[in-house]
Amino acid sequence: MYKIIHKKVLRPTVTQLEIEAPLVARKAKPGQFIILRVDADGERIPLTIAGTNQEEGTVKIIFQIVGATTEALNHKEEGDYLQDFVGPLGRPTETEGIKKVCIVGGGVGCAIAWPVAQEFHRLGADVTSIIGFRNKDLLILEDEFRECSDKLIVMTDDGSYARQGNVTVPLKEMLAAGETFDMIITIGPLIMMKFVTLTAKEFNAPITVSMSPIMVDGTGMCGGCRLTLNKPEGKVMKFACVDGPDFNGYEVDFDEAISRSRIYFDYERKAHEETCNLFKQAENA
Amino acid sequence: MAINPKKHEMPSQDPLVRAHNFDEVALGYTEELALAEATRCLNCKNQPCIAGCPVNVNIPGFISKIKEKDFEGAYQVIAETSSLPAVCGRVCPQETQCEAKCTLGIKFEPVGIGRLERYVSDLHNAKTEEKPVRPASNGHKVAIVGSGPSGLTCAGDLAKKGYAVTVFEALHTAGGVLVYGIPEFRLPKAIVAREVDGLKDLGVDIQTNVIIGKTLTVDELFEMGYEAVFIGSGAGLPNFMNIPGESYKGVYSANEYLTRSNLMKAYLDNPHTPIMKGGKVAVVGGGNVAMDAARTALRLGAEHVYIVYRRSMEELPARAEEVEHAIEEGIDFKLLNNPIEILGYNNPDDPRDPKNGFVTGMKCIRMELGEPDASGRRRPVPVEGSEFVLDVDAAIIAIGTSPNPLIKSTTEGLEVNRKGGIVINEDGLTSREGVYAGGDAVTGAATVISAMGAGKVAAAAIDEYLSAK
Repeated sequence: MYKIIHKKVLRPTVTQLEIEAPLVARKAKPGQFIILRVDADGERIPLTIAGTNQEEGTVKIIFQIVGATTEALNHKEEGDYLQDFVGPLGRPTETEGIKKVCIVGGGVGCAIAWPVAQEFHRLGADVTSIIGFRNKDLLILEDEFRECSDKLIVMTDDGSYARQGNVTVPLKEMLAAGETFDMIITIGPLIMMKFVTLTAKEFNAPITVSMSPIMVDGTGMCGGCRLTLNKPEGKVMKFACVDGPDFNGYEVDFDEAISRSRIYFDYERKAHEETCNLFKQAENA
Repeated sequence: MAINPKKHEMPSQDPLVRAHNFDEVALGYTEELALAEATRCLNCKNQPCIAGCPVNVNIPGFISKIKEKDFEGAYQVIAETSSLPAVCGRVCPQETQCEAKCTLGIKFEPVGIGRLERYVSDLHNAKTEEKPVRPASNGHKVAIVGSGPSGLTCAGDLAKKGYAVTVFEALHTAGGVLVYGIPEFRLPKAIVAREVDGLKDLGVDIQTNVIIGKTLTVDELFEMGYEAVFIGSGAGLPNFMNIPGESYKGVYSANEYLTRSNLMKAYLDNPHTPIMKGGKVAVVGGGNVAMDAARTALRLGAEHVYIVYRRSMEELPARAEEVEHAIEEGIDFKLLNNPIEILGYNNPDDPRDPKNGFVTGMKCIRMELGEPDASGRRRPVPVEGSEFVLDVDAAIIAIGTSPNPLIKSTTEGLEVNRKGGIVINEDGLTSREGVYAGGDAVTGAATVISAMGAGKVAAAAIDEYLSAK
């Protein structure tokens, strides 16, 4: 069992937890993820590590409530325990030789992008961060990004805060103005990463994308997280859990990944509704 | 009295009933049937059956005890060499091992050794309450990587000798393939849990949620004071066919499908882990895993389940009993057929059609058997122009697995072969001092009993190594 040491509600639907897991904390590097189960018989869900605290032996996760499991996770309080917590999984984000980087985060993906930006900042790289949200209510980590970025641009889709538009707008402006980066790293919804990649491609700019497909074990066993890379030698199947989660954006078959991410869409929506009803009943009782 | 030429049948659930539940298929012998079957053993001088068993169970010895109605005595004879008798009685391919060598089998059907092993193990488990006595500690610490059949066996043998044993398991439940792979209807999870609890009673410490190669490395285990390490991490990575369409929704690796159903309990009424149920399902492959996947699909509500296998019935590598059970339950065997493409739905007028990307069919080609290949089996060759489409909603790929590279890539100096299997000598020793390995991590996908055998060999070698230290 893994104890929740701190809980912080960042936004009505976005929560940060710090979980006691010293073995994971000791090893975790930016870009890696964990898998947790809230309760016995619960689902295994992957969540990217948003930071660690070596003294407390804790691992920070930030999640958006999107389904039954994240709903149940959000109902846990400080001092409560999670059934299972395993990691760190996946390969860390590649930082070597990158002196100037542009981090493009979208929504709760910014929680994953944040430790990556921090790491580059720590290594002395020049960090430009573009973070985008649907609206002001979903904005997270603005101050945190400001601290580790040489330049920060905040975007909202509806213009309810900062600049209106999606993250590709300022990226395109910068690249068009002749700005170059050793690497653009994008983390967020698949559709956003697809368009960030297309934007980078227009200018031949190198881009890394962070994939988070459906998976069960996270160790390469189930193959559920497979994706297709279009390599010069042909199509290659890779497992995001062990070969990723970071991939060369030019090679990823995004349309396939988007399709596969929706396998259980109906099932998940129903399960989420049922879980919400259970919590409502419990609260009303 | 003349010898009954046939094995006594083991009572089992009616095929039409069991095809819709996850209860165990075979119900086991009664005392009467066990005694009758035991009398078929000739107690021959050569005892060829013992050599046919990967862990060399004294088979005539335990059957003699059954004849004397000393069932607990019979169990103890098995337990001398086998760590998981109730498991082996259920999942061993006896027809290619002990029973294949049975002298009676030359003329008649061999003795039902597996059925007798199962009977005495179940009787023992149902009756025995007392906990084993913990042996005195010998002060040595050993780490075991993986809690599947090889790891559990190695752990048990070492614990009995007084070693302080810690088993590290990557998943949240101990048992490895016995819990994530083999379904409830073939191996009830209560049996596995009982075996694991038995090890805990012996003092074995089982740490779940620790991935060696990620959470900790083999080198760190030594730094933590473990003096020897046994790697029994299994053959984790699923193979795909590399044909078009394998990324459509509804294509599963058998690993994923069975893990969702077994470990994640999607087979229960109120699971939290989704799985596609119903419709028509094609399972590709002919091994035990393929049979397990096909029969699981049936139980989850599929209206029709095919096994698509490129060779013929004779070459099917699955246990004979599983094939028989699958046929009885109505699994449709499409033999001498090979998939060449998986077809999916694609509405050209509406990219947002929710049906887009889901499996609609499997394109196959008929095969015929040609000359024998390297494995000695006749090689299947495609029949030109014989392509056809099986109308299915899901496809499960059960064509084998490869060893997981997580440990190899984080353990310097650990030699592996071309296929990624860890290289060992006859004692189970790897290229690294103090590091032993066995089971599928060495051989690639094989049987539970051969993994147990490897765990035993390594346990003996580790004991010798640390005793001499």
